Amino acid sequence: MPALAAAAEPAAAADLLAPVIANDWVNDEYKHLVLEAGAPACLAGAGQFFHLLCPATGADQPFFRRPMSTYRADPEAGRVEFLYKVTGRGTRGLATLRPGDRLRMLGPLGVGFSLDAAWRNIVVLGRGVGLATLAPLAAMAARQGVGVTAILSARSLAHVMSVSAFNEMGARTIVVTDTDGSSAPCRVETLLRGLIAAGRADAFFTCGSNRLLELMQRLGAEHGIPGQVALEQQMACGLGMCFCCVRPFREGGREVHKRVCWDGPVFPIEEAMGW
Amino acid sequence: MVDLAVCVGGLALANPVMPASGTFAEGLEQVVRLERLGAFVTKTITSELRAGNPTPRVAETAGGMLNSIGIPSKGVPAFLEHTLPFWRRWKVPLVVSISAPTAQGFAELAAALDLPGVAAIEANISCPNIEADGHAFAMDPAATLDVVRRLRDATRLPLWAKLTPNTGAIAAIARAAEEGGADAVVVANTVLGMAVDTETFRPRLGNVMGGLSGPAIKPIVLRMVHQCHKAVSIPVIGCGGIATPEDAVEYMLAGASAVQVGTATFLQPTAMTDIIDGLDAWCRRRGIACIADLTGAMRGDDDVLLAGAAS
Ligand SMILES: Cc1cc2nc3c(=O)[nH]c(=O)nc-3n(C[C@H](O)[C@H](O)[C@H](O)COP(=O)(O)OP(=O)(O)OC[C@H]3O[C@@H](n4cnc5c(N)ncnc54)[C@H](O)[C@@H]3O)c2cc1C
Ligand SMILES: Cc1cc2nc3c(=O)[nH]c(=O)nc-3n(C[C@H](O)[C@H](O)[C@H](O)COP(=O)(O)O)c2cc1C
Ligand code: FES
Repeated sequence: MPALAAAAEPAAAADLLAPVIANDWVNDEYKHLVLEAGAPACLAGAGQFFHLLCPATGADQPFFRRPMSTYRADPEAGRVEFLYKVTGRGTRGLATLRPGDRLRMLGPLGVGFSLDAAWRNIVVLGRGVGLATLAPLAAMAARQGVGVTAILSARSLAHVMSVSAFNEMGARTIVVTDTDGSSAPCRVETLLRGLIAAGRADAFFTCGSNRLLELMQRLGAEHGIPGQVALEQQMACGLGMCFCCVRPFREGGREVHKRVCWDGPVFPIEEAMGW
Repeated sequence: MVDLAVCVGGLALANPVMPASGTFAEGLEQVVRLERLGAFVTKTITSELRAGNPTPRVAETAGGMLNSIGIPSKGVPAFLEHTLPFWRRWKVPLVVSISAPTAQGFAELAAALDLPGVAAIEANISCPNIEADGHAFAMDPAATLDVVRRLRDATRLPLWAKLTPNTGAIAAIARAAEEGGADAVVVANTVLGMAVDTETFRPRLGNVMGGLSGPAIKPIVLRMVHQCHKAVSIPVIGCGGIATPEDAVEYMLAGASAVQVGTATFLQPTAMTDIIDGLDAWCRRRGIACIADLTGAMRGDDDVLLAGAAS
């Protein structure tokens, strides 16, 4: 794997109370949260995350903060956006936020995606929530003149998010779904092999699915294609202090534990171990 | 001008607020001015290389959290190469937390850490995860006396013994630590607990049992701090569920000379400096010139009242 170009100097983190601008449903499961947030929050890099103090509501009393990937960070507008799936008490609390409310958030945190200067075309493959994490990567690639093919996988057409976001960033977007069977790993493999043959796959990026990770690892190893994966793990501190967010990784033939919040959440794809 | 300085177990601290072991590391530098803290306390280190426990390692509970992190440790060489040089950059006293499976191991590790930049040793003789069934030295006065004595013989550094709340004999154990030569006791570590997922029927921690921390344990540990303060003449450092300046004041009134803040930092990374600012403001409001005067200043705490409360 070629040496990675040094990622931009990561912005220092800060804990701030950010006013809510919008918090709207995008489909029956996901909401899009837009916050007013100056530097360093709005300087978040692709793949970095924030640790959100979700509001307590009635029966839902989340104790920990909740990690959430940056969906978009806009330094000009002074905004940070999240795309989140309403799943448990923390995200249910987030869903109650209304314009004018304020959300306490710590970030940007962690190590994000980086692009090697030698890569002309990359393939981004995501599923579900993973698409939120990968969207700013497509934007970063577009800014650097790198061609992006984005394969967006979801249960059904109604659940594919961010197609327009990826399109706007100039990505070539391919949607695959469970409904028509196009999301099956063997069919995605055919797509990826086509992209490799067409010279459109200098690097692989993925998030959100174990099977898709394993697929990219296998094809990457076969063709010598480097890559990165964004991983999730339950977090308490988000700052590398508590060691609750560890996952196993392969490093130099050994299995080592790394902290997702501190050493990641983005890792070299070949180090990751499936779950 | 409020005097926030305290003197604790052989160390002079600029203020009584420091982190609890295992809840503090380099990452906090991103959001907190670390030079404002009274002391630094490291994650417990061991001589042995340890991987720590399986995930999930934490679970939320009402007003608190369970953890079964264990003590992942990269050993002493890694500590000397990375951790110690990092913390030496500040003038704040560095307290190194240590653990070992045997009293001899404790003594050897303490001896190896008598180094420039190490201001005190906190012997974690209480970590409930380290030995089978949650047993620990600090569950037994005789074992406590033995391990603290050996530590005392092994190091000239100020020696703090961190006790476990998982005992019915906290005062006797604090006395054993004092008799063994400890300069202070830290009261306390986490309360052993567990939680079960009612959907999957599985324990919510990979290790089944773990330590409860956060506001949920505050009244229990506060009571223990008070009992220890009455039982020994060495300082007591209070630790358990402290999240606000009032929590810290409460601990000091009950007998603590200083406090450690753990879980609160996970929810609010600036918790420790917020507490320091709040203590200063509280003392001004109450016209208290010297915060050390708060230690044990609770009124009406005679033994009769204590006996009455227990019945
Ligand atoms: C770095 C990172 C980035 C993420 N980005 C996004 C995103 O952009 N959009 C999105 O919808 N989700 C994202 N997630 C997942 C999101 O954090 C969880 O969905 C959320 O924590 C669930 O909280 P809850 O209270 O609603 O659910 P509950 O199930 O009630 O949560 C219980 C506990 O488990 C933890 N937990 C549950 N699911 C996850 C998970 N998948 N990952 C980590 N912890 C979990 C919670 O934080 C909490 O501590 C991300 C996770 C990580 C680690
Ligand atoms: C994630 C986590 C890790 C901990 N690790 C250690 C440790 O390594 N050594 C130790 O002595 N105590 C450890 N503790 C216990 C804390 O130092 C403290 O005694 C306890 O959490 C109670 O304080 P709190 O309620 O303020 O968190 C840990 C606690 C937590 C939550
Ligand atoms: S969440 Fe605490 S170390 Fe990662």
